[in-house]
Amino acid sequence: MTQTDFTKLVLPFKDKVFRLAKRLLVSREEAEDATQEILLKLWNNKQKIAEYKNVEAFSMTMTKNFCLDRLKSKQAQNLKIVHSNYQDNNTSLQKEVENKDSVDWVSKIIEELPEQQKIILQLRDIEEYDFDEIAKVVDMNPTAIRVALSRARKTIREKLTNTHRYGIK
Amino acid sequence: MVLNSIEKLLEKYDNGETSLKEEQKLKDYFAQDDVAPHLESYKMMFQYFNTTKQELYTKDVPLKPKRNNLYKWISVAAVAVLMLGIFIPRDSQINSLAELTPEQLEAYSQTKEALAMLSSNFNEGTSGLNALKFAASSFDKGAEQMNYVGEFGKTTNKILKNK
Repeated sequence: MTQTDFTKLVLPFKDKVFRLAKRLLVSREEAEDATQEILLKLWNNKQKIAEYKNVEAFSMTMTKNFCLDRLKSKQAQNLKIVHSNYQDNNTSLQKEVENKDSVDWVSKIIEELPEQQKIILQLRDIEEYDFDEIAKVVDMNPTAIRVALSRARKTIREKLTNTHRYGIK
Repeated sequence: MVLNSIEKLLEKYDNGETSLKEEQKLKDYFAQDDVAPHLESYKMMFQYFNTTKQELYTKDVPLKPKRNNLYKWISVAAVAVLMLGIFIPRDSQINSLAELTPEQLEAYSQTKEALAMLSSNFNEGTSGLNALKFAASSFDKGAEQMNYVGEFGKTTNKILKNK
């Protein structure tokens, strides 16, 4: 497998890997490092890649495990928390500020969720995976995934309405 | 009507029972500006999902082909061979007679003697060649006298022409 073949193979899901890593590790730099690590691991095992039925699901699983390990390790204790890079081009300034605020709230609330729910919410609501694919990545049965997802969604909304009503963060 | 169906979908959504298609419908609905006020919190969520989805991984990954390793070792081997080539002959070279061991000295002197003997025999041979040299010089003399005869012939020819 040449370098171009590999790039083509990886292109559709490298952003998803990055976003999942960022969801779990929060800081952009950490997530970039993690993504690079994952891609290099794939590259070093490129002979075996052909045997995998679903490279994307495999990579997402790898990313999940890698990030969870990272969080457990001591290195993670000096994790930086950086919020940045939300783009929105087509709204007025005031709207933009408002949106950015609410967007920040949502990301903060998601940060407080348990890891498992974070991963499932990320895969379902942002990457739009179907339940079978999510089941492969997190190694859970679809019913359990639905329950976790429902909990995550309810928590987010509850906290959002609270913030909204009382005007506090 | 629309609001009603959206609310139904949202309930399903909260319970994690919506399909991807239904979720897409919800996303489309909340992407527009006028959303019912009591659904504002959903709007924030879906907006957040949309913006996050646009985030991209922009760093380049340095992918190095693995074969490089082999070339590296070949070049190391080449350098090693080169070093051996430079240093080994210099080590075995002996620069002066003083560094020789007694046996080596003896061998050296014996060889020298043998070569001297050979060369003296050669000298004898060359003295034998002197006789040949003598013969060659007499030939030269004869050839010189032949020149006189030639000269004589030319003059007689001239005289004959004139007549």
